[in-house]
Amino acid sequence: MAKFINTEKKEVPPINTASLPDIVFMVLMFFMVSVSMRQTDKLVTLTLPQASEVAKLERKDLASYIYIGTPERRLQNQYGTETRIQLNDSFKTTDDIKDFVASERESLSEADRSFMTVSIKADENTRMGIITDVKQALRRCSALKIMYAARKSAAK
Amino acid sequence: MAHKKTPAINGGSMADISFLMLVFFLMVTTMDSETGLQRRLPPMPQENQKTEDTKVNRRNIILVKVNSNDRVFAGDQPIDDVSQLEPKIVEFLTNPNNLETLPEKETQNIEGYGPCQISKGVISLQNDRGTSYSKYIEVQNALVKAINTIRDQFALANYGKKYAQLDEDKQKIVRDCVPQNISEAEPKDVNKK
Repeated sequence: MAKFINTEKKEVPPINTASLPDIVFMVLMFFMVSVSMRQTDKLVTLTLPQASEVAKLERKDLASYIYIGTPERRLQNQYGTETRIQLNDSFKTTDDIKDFVASERESLSEADRSFMTVSIKADENTRMGIITDVKQALRRCSALKIMYAARKSAAK
Repeated sequence: MAHKKTPAINGGSMADISFLMLVFFLMVTTMDSETGLQRRLPPMPQENQKTEDTKVNRRNIILVKVNSNDRVFAGDQPIDDVSQLEPKIVEFLTNPNNLETLPEKETQNIEGYGPCQISKGVISLQNDRGTSYSKYIEVQNALVKAINTIRDQFALANYGKKYAQLDEDKQKIVRDCVPQNISEAEPKDVNKK
């Protein structure tokens, strides 16, 4: 009977990993399609307000962002805890919005300029005063298409 | 004669490479979709242009105020809860009983639809410098919700579908028939007590 007994040590067959690249590529493709490039580093703490009737921004490439909120904790030594406006990568004042809008507009192609949207990302605890100032500054440089960024909430 | 085979390319590192790319994409991108309430600001009046008040009939305007204590007023009546604002706006804009005190309607020819009664009502939203942003958005949201309700009603009555399910052309018709007239007034201190 010894003839039939397999004398070799029984090993667990190795898992075939040939399909692993395919799977990872699939995940990669999903991420490439569904995400957008991070443009700026956020320097303010942001909790966007909730709204149920939000609309999606169709052309993300035409949007420029104005962040309004209190500086992040690590920056509070330097910048204090007052609500600040962040344009690109630094804190600015409402006077700088004009230059900001001008440069953002410059970076778009001629045909797209009229579709530029300014997305105001403000913390929900911000007071309206500073937002009104921003809005007035935007009106002055005729960037009239704006969006109040908000999180989608379940309809009440 | 032995046939010389080209050696198979070792694909074992393919997974590593694509993992590397995956990690790169995870790091440099954001996933949050951009959502929000879209608005169009009124253009700044020219300096040499006289700020003439466009005479809007008293009955055609509803003032929605939010004061610095986040109290909401609609047409001088206090609103305790923002959810009460929506039916009020719907009533204001549709004027179902053609009341004298609510906005008048104007018959306009809408392309692709025909004559349509369009309300001339304007919602004027005023806020104080001390109003909190979350309250402001909540009120804005309630106003949009009211308009969306009317659009849905209109779409259901005419096309048997909700506004969001209509195709582009019909959505435009509905948008023309039920315009979104929210005016964000010049900033003003409404903090008079």
